[in-house]
Amino acid sequence: MSASMLATIWYAIVGVLLTGYAILDGFDLGVGALHLLTRKDEHRRLMINAIGPVWDGNEVWLVTGGGALFAAFPEAYATAFSGFYGAFILLLFALIFRAVSIEFRSKEPSRAWRTAWDVGFAVGSIVAALLIGVAVGNIAWGIPLDDRHEHVGTLIGLLHPYALLVGVTTVALFMMHGSIYVVMKTDGELQEIARGWVRNTMIFFILCYVLTTMATLLYVPHMAARLRAHPVLFVLPVLNVLAIANIPREIHLKRELRAFLSSCAAMAVLVALFGLNMFPNLILSNPVTANSLTIHNAASSARTLSTMLYVAVGGMPFVIGYTSIIYWVFRGKVRLDATSY
Amino acid sequence: MDVAFLARLQFALTIAFHYVFPPMSIGLGVVLVVLEAIWLKTRDPLAEQTARFWTKVFGLVFAMGVATGIVMEFEFGTNWSTYSRFVGDVFGSPLAAEGIFAFFLESGFLALLLFGWGRVRPALHFLATVMVTLGAHFSAVWIIVANSWQQTPAGHHIVEAGGRVRAEIVDFWAMVFNPSTVDRLTHTLSGAWQTGAWLVISVSAFYVLRKRHEQAARLGMRVALVIALIASLAQLATGHGSADGVAEHQPAKLAAFEGHYAESAPADMYVLGWVDEAGERVVGLRVPVAGMLSLLVHGDATKPVTGLRAFAPQDRPPVQIVFQSYHLMVALGMLLIGASAAGVVLLWRERLFRMRPVLWAFVLMVAAPQAANQLGWISAEVGRQPWIVYGLLRTTDGLSRVVDARQVTVSLVLFTVVYLLLMVVFVYLLDKKIKHGPDSVEAGEHADGSVMVGGQRA
Repeated sequence: MSASMLATIWYAIVGVLLTGYAILDGFDLGVGALHLLTRKDEHRRLMINAIGPVWDGNEVWLVTGGGALFAAFPEAYATAFSGFYGAFILLLFALIFRAVSIEFRSKEPSRAWRTAWDVGFAVGSIVAALLIGVAVGNIAWGIPLDDRHEHVGTLIGLLHPYALLVGVTTVALFMMHGSIYVVMKTDGELQEIARGWVRNTMIFFILCYVLTTMATLLYVPHMAARLRAHPVLFVLPVLNVLAIANIPREIHLKRELRAFLSSCAAMAVLVALFGLNMFPNLILSNPVTANSLTIHNAASSARTLSTMLYVAVGGMPFVIGYTSIIYWVFRGKVRLDATSY
Repeated sequence: MDVAFLARLQFALTIAFHYVFPPMSIGLGVVLVVLEAIWLKTRDPLAEQTARFWTKVFGLVFAMGVATGIVMEFEFGTNWSTYSRFVGDVFGSPLAAEGIFAFFLESGFLALLLFGWGRVRPALHFLATVMVTLGAHFSAVWIIVANSWQQTPAGHHIVEAGGRVRAEIVDFWAMVFNPSTVDRLTHTLSGAWQTGAWLVISVSAFYVLRKRHEQAARLGMRVALVIALIASLAQLATGHGSADGVAEHQPAKLAAFEGHYAESAPADMYVLGWVDEAGERVVGLRVPVAGMLSLLVHGDATKPVTGLRAFAPQDRPPVQIVFQSYHLMVALGMLLIGASAAGVVLLWRERLFRMRPVLWAFVLMVAAPQAANQLGWISAEVGRQPWIVYGLLRTTDGLSRVVDARQVTVSLVLFTVVYLLLMVVFVYLLDKKIKHGPDSVEAGEHADGSVMVGGQRA
């Protein structure tokens, strides 16, 4: 296989891993973002236990996506992680606090203890979602790179309005996704509350989505270039809108799983649109576009890419296999028992 | 302070803190596998009760490992991006493989291990425990492969293209099985097994002393002491193998282990000592066999060992810290062999549970393998200096060009504060769990719905 072909395949693999991450960790980050909206301890426990068996596995998609980026496109990994230093350190603390809050919260009955970790869980989830969105916004907008592919901007420079808008949109998307998950995994009083969340977060998300789309078309036209060049790809935004529109319908018909799958499909299409318009760039350089990192100048050697392809092709069926088993075993409504958080 | 020092300090802090937890998970996993195997074979509710208790501890330890582990993968890019550009082609592969083969396996089956009691059949729960433990071991395999390549690079070539220089894999398996991988992996795993085993021994000894949960404690003690003894002997064997490998591939590090300066001369070993770095000599107590280091390395006490003076001063590792951490590690290793052997003998003679001073010593011994793990890594990593990839790239050349001292200072302070807080909470919760102890398993609560009566299925 040619080097260019291998690099393209790896672009797709990293894309698939990050899509998996968005869909899976997206709902548990969303549940975290919604966590403080209910005050009842029982509700909060139900929400944490709804994601309890799976959140850790969901986060592994990020770790593996990061590892795959490191292995396949080390230049992009190095530029992004050092260039977004402050943002990534903050993301780490957000992820740390969320992880330990889930584990620590139920270990003490005291109200102050639980409230403290509830805040850690919620703030960690919101900050993580926001930062992931800000990173995506910056990669789309482009960041200033020099001819050694080093980021020459500042942390404040990364917080421009477009990036923040994508960040808020990501929070809204994950909250919507998470609220559908809560409806699916609970019943009774909490489910009724969560139905209200689905309605409100959908409105929140659709407002953000419209604004982001407008801003992208107006100010970041290169992120629509591939769709302009290949009108047949417009089927993707159509699918995206249909998937989103299907969510309230399925919720109304009490088919929560279908609502959740619609939300998953909408997210997958969004990532696909992003990936198609970025291709073959990994990190756009703005204003000097010649310094951009692409799948060609950021990739590992063809030999490494093909070795790693065997690893990925050999390993991913197992990953999908036991991920499916776990979701199957823990299907149905969440119940609190002796092993619960 | 300069950014190189700060970045190294931050990496040292974050990796040292992280490394408190994975060895506990690996070792506890092995104990859990044995306990559940006993349960599966005998259907003894005591084994189930004990396994369930340690599962809860496992959950807490694992969460800490996950929370602090993700930092490590990010830190290569945030603080060591020039290193990442140089090694990504080689070093990224084992990290990605770790994600695919280890982390997914671990985290998936962890759900069943923690929340699957009463939800899946005992045999499936046992399978989940085995898978989580295997996953933890695979994780060790890949990260040790990556680290060992930094110590003894192999299977790569250096490519210069487009103004950049980097290492690229030419032979994947030669990279994976580089000269130090097997010795260092087995040595690390032996340490991890002991870490988990001694946690169980320590807590069990405490229960026996306090006459609480005695049956569960005795069972845990039996299982864990045997594991600890086997692992401590494996530690000795693999430690010797590692030292031989260091002698062959990283002579400057070996010389620093023993503070051996003479350019090429037969070398002694020290039991303990103090390195006079300015005077280039060691003051201390020697092993009473002359030329002991030569004997161990070459099988001949008169053969010369390469000393630090064979290296330019800028190519030598810091000697004192390597010497001290190495010697303390060895001493702790010997202590652990002695303690586990004594424990097994006393257990055999059925005297252990009456010997209160021994039990108290065992309670405290939980710290020994932890300390030995840390010291071992300090001697391995500081001993590799001034190289980040031995002989290929200097540590100071691996830093991120765009990250300055001020940024690292802020993150370092934050990591210190947050990790201190986490450590306090972790110790508090672990202590609480230990004081709470195992819950008795209610009859009828069994996964397959059968009721246990007197250890028999009714």
